[in-house]
Amino acid sequence: MIRWILIAVLSIGIAGTAFWGYQEHQEKNAVLIQAENTYQRAFHELTYHVDLLNDKIGSALAMNSEQRLSPQLVEIWRITSEALSDVSQLPLGLLPFNKTEEFLSEIGDFTYRTAVRNLESEPLSDEETKSLENLYKQSGDIKDELRQVQHVALDNNLRWMDVQLAMANEDEQLDNTIIDGLKTIEKTVEGFSEGNGDSSISNTTVKEHEYKYLNGEKISEDEALAKAQKLFNVKNRDKLNISTSGKGADVPLYSISYRNDKKSAYMDLSQKGGHPITLLVDRPVGKKQISLNAGMEKAKKYLEQFNFENMTVFQSNQFDNIGAYSFLYSKDGVRYYSDAMEVKVALDNGDVLGLTANDYFMNHSEREAPEPEISEEEAKKMVNPNVEIQEQFLAVIDNDLGEEVLTYEFLGTLGNETYRIFINAKDGREERVEKLSGSEINYASAT
Amino acid sequence: MTNKKLPVSLLIMSFLFIGFHIAQPPKTVHAFSSQVIQQGAVGDDVIELQARLQYIGFYNGKIDGVFGWGTYWALRNFQYEFGLEIDGLAGATTKQKLTQATEYNEQYVKNQINQGKDFTHYGGTEGTGGTNQSGGNNTGNTESNTAVNVPQGYSQNDIQLMANAVYGEARGEPYVGQVAVAAVILNRVESSTFPNTVSGVIFEPRAFTAVADGQIWLTPNETAKEAVLDAINGWDPSGNAQYYFNPDTATSAWIWSRPQIKKIGKHIFCK
Repeated sequence: MIRWILIAVLSIGIAGTAFWGYQEHQEKNAVLIQAENTYQRAFHELTYHVDLLNDKIGSALAMNSEQRLSPQLVEIWRITSEALSDVSQLPLGLLPFNKTEEFLSEIGDFTYRTAVRNLESEPLSDEETKSLENLYKQSGDIKDELRQVQHVALDNNLRWMDVQLAMANEDEQLDNTIIDGLKTIEKTVEGFSEGNGDSSISNTTVKEHEYKYLNGEKISEDEALAKAQKLFNVKNRDKLNISTSGKGADVPLYSISYRNDKKSAYMDLSQKGGHPITLLVDRPVGKKQISLNAGMEKAKKYLEQFNFENMTVFQSNQFDNIGAYSFLYSKDGVRYYSDAMEVKVALDNGDVLGLTANDYFMNHSEREAPEPEISEEEAKKMVNPNVEIQEQFLAVIDNDLGEEVLTYEFLGTLGNETYRIFINAKDGREERVEKLSGSEINYASAT
Repeated sequence: MTNKKLPVSLLIMSFLFIGFHIAQPPKTVHAFSSQVIQQGAVGDDVIELQARLQYIGFYNGKIDGVFGWGTYWALRNFQYEFGLEIDGLAGATTKQKLTQATEYNEQYVKNQINQGKDFTHYGGTEGTGGTNQSGGNNTGNTESNTAVNVPQGYSQNDIQLMANAVYGEARGEPYVGQVAVAAVILNRVESSTFPNTVSGVIFEPRAFTAVADGQIWLTPNETAKEAVLDAINGWDPSGNAQYYFNPDTATSAWIWSRPQIKKIGKHIFCK
């Protein structure tokens, strides 16, 4: 009898302990993931901020006016402090990372000093410009190293918790890529004594005009289906699914989708006027057969079919076997940055795989042709004299306040970098300076 | 032996060439493929274009196989100096002029690139065609392109990180659904109520379940990457949404109070 009671008590005890242990284990895992996520966030943010820092310093080099340069220096100072706070969140207590921190505070000091000064009466001296150039070069090197470490870390699914463990057991000589990579960065620095996450198009437009000028009558579901049938090239209309958008939509839409075993397609049509807002076709894309240039002709033809007039190609990019093209509305020699659309073409047979005209329909209207008040020559004088101007356009962009302003757009080079500079065509104000990139070392092939 | 054979083969070869010249219209370019090369293109034709432009001193950047801004200005300067139409496109006439004015040793250039050399003085140094044998064994099937196109303001790593998040969150969803999830991440970066960086948004506590339970570290497929690229390039099938949820598994009552935009696959997208 006593034996049985004992066995029962003991087994309940064991079951209880197992349950408790399991819960502890779950909790520990949850905490570990939480900590890991914090580290991951700090690390990825650090690389992004250093990248951004490099970009902003690069842009500052091509700036000319104090009204533009002062806020830019403040911006750099702000990003520096964010990068510093990222560094401090990393589990690097056991790793010497102080040189990088020193470098960051050096940038911070420099930009703070120059930003609070009245640059109008006391512009940057030659020496200061030189040290800015130096900082640009150094931040570029650090950025490359960090991006490399980040690539390895992402590729191999490295965990910061492992790094911490590896550093805690120092006698074990682990081949730890993160540690090695960070040590390299530290050496790179030793040798020396926000958000930019926009494609350059949307970067120049901030104001949303709320589809004010969307024209046409409201179309019925039937008409929408007919349009989709034609665009998707589907014989049987029963295979199309249609739904209407809910209360949260910026503009009422019909969403039409189609799917067979080879491809799927999706489209948003505005209920008013039946304009195509978004279109995406997904299918496997074969080997590249046609050139980026031939794809562009296909994209142009495609836009003509919708009666989009006066659209000019703004940029084109090849990503593997897909061509991506941006178009801007252009009238009377003026490019309107807010009226943009993108087309995606499969470079195996030239089919159009996507169209997005959201920005275009949100902003487009028939505007009166604006007249510049200063001459091109006068505007050129407002550009940093070190920038060699290569190409110029007239462009309407949204300024910092979200108003549409007419500008002279200059594309110029300084050293090996290319810049896009907007000078207000009314008062010569330097509205915007952007450093253009668009390609990067292929980390996957660099060994 | 060889002395006797040489004249004969020379004769045959010259006949071949004559035949070739007669058969082809005069505008043919022998070196490049027939495509018109424009900004944004990648590949062997771009490598050749960069190498040739470098050969006559117009291009001093890296020969990386991506037609970027540096190549664009070099080409325009070349067109200007040679009295061609200045359009920044390498069409038939431009390619022909370029082929006449320069030499190009494809094997040599590619070997240099594959050996990972910072290769920026083609034409300046004498081409000692492929005598360097110390290079690693990686010349076989690696691509010659040492650079890739990325959307302005993004690194391949940012794209990778987003692809991880999209795959972890929406791998069972239709393609548009994946683009929409990527677009929501970008909409949050834009919004002032969320962090200002992609990683900040992704790793924000309690934002994405895939991050909380570790599914974000599954290896994403190509579809997820393509979806991210589309979203970055401007596609937003979510209709400018900032939240989405799966009505079958959502536990928060609050999420139902958001104004809904649309449903794609299993996800409801809302403001």
